[in-house]
Amino acid sequence: MRAKRKQKLYAILGLVTLAAMAVGLTLYALRSNINLFFSPVQIAEGKAPLERQIRAGGMVKKGSVARDPDSLAATFTVTDYVEDLEVRYRGILPDLFREGQGVVVMGELQPEGWLRADKVLAKHDENYMPPEVAQALKDAGYSPEDYQDKAAEVGERPAAED
Amino acid sequence: MWAFLHKLGSPRSFYAITERWLPPLWLAAVALILVGGVWGLAFAPADYQQGNSFRIIYVHVPAAFLAQSIFVTMAVAGLVFMVWKIKLADMAAAMMAPLGAGMTFVALFSGAVWGVPTWGTWWQWDARLTSMLILLFLYIGVIALRGAFASRDGGARAASVLAMVGVINIPIIKFSVDWWYTLHQTASFSITEKPAMPASMWLPLLLMVLGFYAFFIAVTLTRTRSEILRRESSKRWVRELIEEGH
Repeated sequence: MRAKRKQKLYAILGLVTLAAMAVGLTLYALRSNINLFFSPVQIAEGKAPLERQIRAGGMVKKGSVARDPDSLAATFTVTDYVEDLEVRYRGILPDLFREGQGVVVMGELQPEGWLRADKVLAKHDENYMPPEVAQALKDAGYSPEDYQDKAAEVGERPAAED
Repeated sequence: MWAFLHKLGSPRSFYAITERWLPPLWLAAVALILVGGVWGLAFAPADYQQGNSFRIIYVHVPAAFLAQSIFVTMAVAGLVFMVWKIKLADMAAAMMAPLGAGMTFVALFSGAVWGVPTWGTWWQWDARLTSMLILLFLYIGVIALRGAFASRDGGARAASVLAMVGVINIPIIKFSVDWWYTLHQTASFSITEKPAMPASMWLPLLLMVLGFYAFFIAVTLTRTRSEILRRESSKRWVRELIEEGH
């Protein structure tokens, strides 16, 4: 390689490295703002502002969903398996909303420590599984929460039993 | 190896060599996308939670793969053009940019369509979605910057620099779902890890991904060959080629 080309190559690589460092430092400084939601632990630590629109995320705790039979109101607990957060919501829940499923809720944190949600989003995980396999797992006595672990295992098998 | 690459770097030899590559590439692209598409959309099992809407994966994931791969390829071509002054690299970069922008749009759009029934929203400013939107803007920027210069060389250099600097966004897209809390799930399908789904679901996806890559290479070669003829139209070998009736 000629000296001039080498110099140019280093100049470009240097420029890209500097730009990468600038972007990296910016993202590091903004790291908490880039997170889409607060986890229950962060909320318990008081990191989330009160009575301002925030997003909180976690798993819907098993057995915590209570629906009002006369209205669309529902209460449930969002957990990250360390801390719990009570959520009260009035509206239509997404199709994928169920116990053990990840959710992101948008709403205002109340001083009493619960969250008044005005939107609930279901978070899908990276696992996919045919219904027959899910049914087979259910028949074999696995609970829905185990599906996600099992789905990952099913993915490792050379061919699905279909 | 180096001798072959040097030969490939000259527009005339490139034009002659790639002529034989095109038919198998186009055939592979069409066959893989056709088989993968029909298999994925009609025969693969539905997901136990999402039902049939999960089938968007067969377009979404290959499009998102290509959107990022094309940008990286464009940045490498920009580097080759800037350092070694190989004009062919710049021609290829210019020709692949619109396809990359299109694939980014397809990935964003199919993701939004999938998001409505699955998440309950078509858009959230989460790290994965936002960084992918920035990728679309970078593509548009690269294309616009190239056209904004009066001289072709100036536009080519500006587009190369933007592509090389913009490539920083690619690892951000890739790792956004691991670094931050996002609504978007982590990768279901990657080259390095076992897929998080059974073979009856990921085999058609694999065919689609390979088909999309074959399509990308075939489109880029075809377009670059036309661009060579356009830019070198005053050269003797091109005029001889036209007289021969090719």
